[in-house]
Amino acid sequence: MPINAKTLSIAVAAALIAVGCSKKEEAAPTAAAPAPAPEPMLVVKLGHSAPLTGPQSHIGKDNENGARMAVDDTNAAQVKIGGQTLKLVLQGEDDQADPKQGILVAQKFVDGKVNAVIGHLNSGTTIPASKVYFDAGIPQVSPSATNPTYTHQGFKTAFRVMANDIQQGKVLGAYAGNQLAAKTVAVIDDKTAYGEGLATEFKKAAVAAGVKVVAEEHTDDKAVDFKAILTKIKGKKPDLIFYGGMDPQAAPMAMQMKQLGVSSKFLMGDGGCTTEFVKNAGEAAEGAYCSLPGIPYEAMPGGPAFIERFKAKYGDIQLYAPYAYDAVMVVVEAIKRAQSAEPAKILAELPNTDYQGVTTNIMFDENGDLKDGAISLYIAKGGKWEALETVGGAAPPAAPSAPAQKM
Amino acid sequence: MDIFLQQLINGLTLGSIYALVALGYTMVYGILGLINFAHGEVVMIGALSSLTIIRPLADSGLPGPVVVLIGLFFAVLVCMALGFTVERVAYRPLRNAPRLAPLITAIGVSIVLQQLAMLIWGRSYHSVPALLPSGTHEVLGATFTEVQVIIVVVAAVTMMGLVLLVNRTRLGRAMRATAENPAIAGLMGVDANRIISLTFVIGSALAALAGVLVSANYGIAHYNMGFILGLKAFTAAVLGGIGNLAGAMVGGVLLGVIEALGAGYIGDLTGGVLGSHYQDVFAFFVLIGVLIFRPSGLMGEKVSERA
Repeated sequence: MPINAKTLSIAVAAALIAVGCSKKEEAAPTAAAPAPAPEPMLVVKLGHSAPLTGPQSHIGKDNENGARMAVDDTNAAQVKIGGQTLKLVLQGEDDQADPKQGILVAQKFVDGKVNAVIGHLNSGTTIPASKVYFDAGIPQVSPSATNPTYTHQGFKTAFRVMANDIQQGKVLGAYAGNQLAAKTVAVIDDKTAYGEGLATEFKKAAVAAGVKVVAEEHTDDKAVDFKAILTKIKGKKPDLIFYGGMDPQAAPMAMQMKQLGVSSKFLMGDGGCTTEFVKNAGEAAEGAYCSLPGIPYEAMPGGPAFIERFKAKYGDIQLYAPYAYDAVMVVVEAIKRAQSAEPAKILAELPNTDYQGVTTNIMFDENGDLKDGAISLYIAKGGKWEALETVGGAAPPAAPSAPAQKM
Repeated sequence: MDIFLQQLINGLTLGSIYALVALGYTMVYGILGLINFAHGEVVMIGALSSLTIIRPLADSGLPGPVVVLIGLFFAVLVCMALGFTVERVAYRPLRNAPRLAPLITAIGVSIVLQQLAMLIWGRSYHSVPALLPSGTHEVLGATFTEVQVIIVVVAAVTMMGLVLLVNRTRLGRAMRATAENPAIAGLMGVDANRIISLTFVIGSALAALAGVLVSANYGIAHYNMGFILGLKAFTAAVLGGIGNLAGAMVGGVLLGVIEALGAGYIGDLTGGVLGSHYQDVFAFFVLIGVLIFRPSGLMGEKVSERA
């Protein structure tokens, strides 16, 4: 009898694993466009990693869709590389926004001999994974990891197509002190590489702008109840509350502020700058501020056209899909210039990138950071994010609609 | 003082939610000695399935609380069917297996339910229309909402109802008999399989109730919401003495209050060395402390090893 029960439980476990796996696989076949090949094809494997399960899975899927669209576009364009037609295959993996899982996925990509990696989404997963890619000599382009450390480890394989948190924190801190005229601020972060990193940079810049930090609180990236820390903050009556973290926490946080009668202004970085935030926080979202590296989607060079095509295929853009699209395209451009998809040849070409993407004109500095990364500020009004101003970047500040034409 | 009172109110609401979920854990454990890790997922399915009904009805002109009741009714039906099925498919075949097997199955069921919910309701967060009375009141400088009052009252009433059910009714007596020894209970004319099924069904109905209240309180629902909630509720059940209904309530409220006070005061008490992110550490510290001195929890009785 006990043997019987044991085999049964093993069978159940096996079935569960099978269910789990088949879920992940189902995403891949979409990339296999029916291409009757009269000439030899150059099959290039791109790895994409983002959280596809868990609280941030909506943002992760958004990234993957952005990357997938770029892959489909490239395959449809029949690019010729050394007489062969380039055929990209996207391998989408789930890192659960968990640093440990991020390394496992990275190892899987290396073992599977991918030619380049797009990702990861979170700084927390991107930074530890970057070491794995560096050791294997595989180029990595992150669409959305903004923690400065990622490109400052001396890894020649690490690139990103978004301004980092030093730039973003500086803009946010100055904005808090100048435009929002805050005298005191309470800072909350989610203790992730992204949230804590951004909060640290924000604090430096805010103090420099003459704002006093009256409270520093921390939560985590799975919490939903913030009443305890908000109550504590309410007692200190700050002019402004800054949150470094993602929208699954930011939305209930804004609602609970309203319930507790906290009257401070609410400022966030890019993690809270999503359609989900304004949708879920509802009335509580009104008047919240956020910043997003890059320029408003509407003002992006290829923005409106991109939004339309993306919407028809996958629905509303959550957050970083255009950046994921550009990240893939930057790699494709490097392959074209190198006329080869060997990781080493791609790597040699990536620093020479000068690509007019959907988001901006992409060029890398010596670290692999985006040159002249712009930061834009938004306010939630009438259930939408409304662009306030754009700082830095390829355009003069405070001209959100101008940068589109510049390049 | 007003801040302390506010933290107590925060803790009491959070704790009542934990308690409501913990009741489901503790009922199943009391009868089967099984930790049903999928319980948090049933709470999530309750929340999302009620939302499916509430959404289209929200603008129908019916009074808010009526809509919520209709949604709750639907969610309870869905969850009862789910609880019944899960027990049949995943736990009953393993009734006589070593203890570890059903535990692993429970974790498996939890993953399956989560993925299923993701396929049905998608990865996005769902905002929950505010249909329950949402007025804010102030007492001595502390604020509380009407939803919070509803949660605390519902949790307390449910707990008392369950205690009455278990101690005063025929069904309750059959449950207690089954808990003590299913074989002997069978000889006395109790259909143990039916009682166990019923326990799961009742537990799942409670989960649906908890799901509706949790989503109303936080205003959002997501396929991942059951995981952490389940974990915390399980902790609450252990703290109070797993298998004991009143213990689940005490454990839940205690855990909620400890977390709120922990987050509110650790930072100031330690001069900023430990911040509010230590609130969970603090809560588990208390749990370990309690378990060292009372291994069966605050109100748990010593459970003799079952044959």
